[in-house]
Amino acid sequence: MSNGAATVPRNRTEIIELAGSWARRNVWTLGLLGLLVVVFGITKLLQPNYGAAAIQGLAINILPIALAAVAQAIVVISGGIDLSVGSMMALASVTSAVLMKGQGDLFGVAVVGGVLVLGVVVGAINGGLVVATKVPDIVVTLAMSFVWAGTALLILNTPGGGAAPWLMAIISGPLGTDWLPKAMVVLTVIVAVVWLPLRRSTLGLTLYAVGSNPLAAFRSGVAVGPTKIVAYALTGFFSALGGLALTATGGVGAPVPGSYTLQSVAAIVLGGVSLAGGRGGVLGPIIAVIVLALVRTDLFFAGVDPNWSTAIQGAILIGVVMFGSLVAMRKVRA
Amino acid sequence: MIDGSTDLLLNVTDVAKQYGAVVALRSASLAVRPGEVHALMGANGAGKSTLVKILTGGVRPDRGTIDVRGKPFAAGSPAEARRGGIVSVYQEPALIQDLDVRSNLRLTKSPIEETRHWLAELGLPDLDLTDFVRDLPLASLRIIDLARALAIEPDVLMLDELTAALPANLTERVLEVIGRQKGTERSVIFISHRLIEIGAVCDRATVLREGSTVGVVDVTAGSEDRIVALMLGDIVRGDGTARVTTRAHAARPVDAIPRLKVRSLTVGSKLTDVSFDLHPGEVLGVVALEGQGQDELFDVLSGSERPNGGDLLVDGARVTFRHPADAIRAGLVYVPADRAEALLMQRSVRENIALPLITRLGSWGPIDVRGERRKVDAAIATLQIDTRAAGEVRRLSGGNQQKVTIARWVAGGVRTMLCFDPTRGIDIGTKQQIYQLLRDLAGAGAAVLLYTSELKEIQLACDRAIVIFGGRIVAEIAVDDADEATLLRAAYDLRPEELMPEEVASAAVAVEAAEISQAGPP
Repeated sequence: MSNGAATVPRNRTEIIELAGSWARRNVWTLGLLGLLVVVFGITKLLQPNYGAAAIQGLAINILPIALAAVAQAIVVISGGIDLSVGSMMALASVTSAVLMKGQGDLFGVAVVGGVLVLGVVVGAINGGLVVATKVPDIVVTLAMSFVWAGTALLILNTPGGGAAPWLMAIISGPLGTDWLPKAMVVLTVIVAVVWLPLRRSTLGLTLYAVGSNPLAAFRSGVAVGPTKIVAYALTGFFSALGGLALTATGGVGAPVPGSYTLQSVAAIVLGGVSLAGGRGGVLGPIIAVIVLALVRTDLFFAGVDPNWSTAIQGAILIGVVMFGSLVAMRKVRA
Repeated sequence: MIDGSTDLLLNVTDVAKQYGAVVALRSASLAVRPGEVHALMGANGAGKSTLVKILTGGVRPDRGTIDVRGKPFAAGSPAEARRGGIVSVYQEPALIQDLDVRSNLRLTKSPIEETRHWLAELGLPDLDLTDFVRDLPLASLRIIDLARALAIEPDVLMLDELTAALPANLTERVLEVIGRQKGTERSVIFISHRLIEIGAVCDRATVLREGSTVGVVDVTAGSEDRIVALMLGDIVRGDGTARVTTRAHAARPVDAIPRLKVRSLTVGSKLTDVSFDLHPGEVLGVVALEGQGQDELFDVLSGSERPNGGDLLVDGARVTFRHPADAIRAGLVYVPADRAEALLMQRSVRENIALPLITRLGSWGPIDVRGERRKVDAAIATLQIDTRAAGEVRRLSGGNQQKVTIARWVAGGVRTMLCFDPTRGIDIGTKQQIYQLLRDLAGAGAAVLLYTSELKEIQLACDRAIVIFGGRIVAEIAVDDADEATLLRAAYDLRPEELMPEEVASAAVAVEAAEISQAGPP
């Protein structure tokens, strides 16, 4: 997220200065927030009674894809890409659903832990293959997406299994006020507990370094290969969280990955992560996921033909990214 | 023809360019006569690159007029600039890696036979046009780029830091060919940080400072000082080429353990049986023509490449480097010539300086925020890095970027610094600061190994120099004897009593003559 982390504010002016420099470095994220407000305003116009209940539904709906976007963002920041995010989510989802069905709460907790470990292992396998074979990451992860999708279907070939009641409970409904969906709180906690400390650690800096310039990172003494494997493992970890979210939102395991992989790529591009690596964070992609979901809702409310609606979403994606590049180009020339 | 300005081949008047609040060019003028070699000079940030971009069609000016042979010139792309009569050759060759040379020439519709002719003139008569660009050495690519530009026979040929990394022998060839353009109908704009080359080949020099043309100098005896004074403006202090500080090499005890002991180092066929000692408190210069094995030497010492044989001893203990991290932990840190090899261009100055700091710890733990900030601030202050453009490193000027590559190591304390041509393509003010910094590091007990393609730097910054030729050390020269002529002869592996090959000797003499008398073309 922010890279203003490397400071300890001492007084008011310094805090203002820090906020200013954070804002300058995160123009894209702030612009997305603006876009989110606009899109939300349009939603409210089209559907005047869009309120707390709808927002709760939205939060639950976007939780899996938001986690997929975070997963994709991490690997792309470190200079790779993972086309098996959706398949890893499916694998995590069916594994958790099959194991949890009819079991007690305590066992359910163990399953969640186990599935997260599975995610890390599966991701590390992706990363290990990319590093060891030197085959382009896009090819390796595309191939592995078939492997993980097939494995998921072997475990469960139709939606089935079950989710522990507590797992469903932690993301459904509001927390305190009706306007604060639990799903949103869960997402915030996950990002705050896993990503923020990571971003401020040495590992966080090396992830950005490897994505920004692998040669410079190597010359600076960074172990480039292991860092890449860790990045893929983290992507596996967040994909597994996304798979658990699928199980929790649907109540059953979903063996077919759906379009999460490409949606995650769309979200990070819109979210300001450079596909060339080294730039961006995870806040932007999460906001991008919300924007894209709201746009879908708006088009539905506006009675647009669903086929047109898909095309329009694509056009919006291109339009926003193009606009952003134009602004960035003007800035670079300055 | 009566009006003076129509005699000019290229006439740039009062050109300005502003990016947002940043003024890149305030009022630049440049008048180039037919048949002259005209130097364009300016420290980093003077607006030189913006003017170059305007003349090559990369940027449109906000104000001002540009005429080529009396006709208005307005280019939106390099292709349009070429049609308007201006062709440029850059420091980085504009050739496509995955095509062969012939296809590259076709791509730019360059006449093949003429290009071949110029390749022969420039010292590459045997170049196979079916060679792939990615397989050719960088120096050859620069020559191909130049030959291609010469073959087009443009009104104005613009050479931007072309000689910055050329080996001495090719540089002489290039300068000789450029000199031949004099008295023709065509002109050359020559951009170089090397005053010697300016003196050797240029007729006049236009000097930019802070976005404005501050003077046009006829290049004659003594004009070097005048050019430097104009470039530096108020900040010039004393003689710009004075030795940086005193050195203390005489004081070293005979039995001291060297910081770095290299014994019988061999790397493939590139480096054979190389042995030398590097002591704490000294700056040891390395002199070599392009491709004599110096790249391999630095790669091995910085842990990027493994030697086939030989020993490395740091403070008397044998070491083996499997990864740059090993070398860094042993205190050997590397500053490459190409800043793109060292910096994270899209990340901040702070992160760039912090990266090697944390890799020294070799852990993935949390960053010590306060400690890191203090060290980073200290390094920025020591090196006087201009951080106005705070954010991303790619927004900094070349000189400041190079300071960041050094600051990265200074922040953690330096024991042994390996500098590979650290002043390539940067302005004279920053060069001075870098020499001074290397002397200060040595003064504080660090050992510095400095390869430089600019022979003059040896006497400015080093205590002694070793010369590598064909992968072997062929000479060790004390600093007081290390004048450019001596170093050049040694770099060609010539014994004092032997005669130089004729063209080398004449070129060397031409350079020296130019230095002494500013007599102009050879």
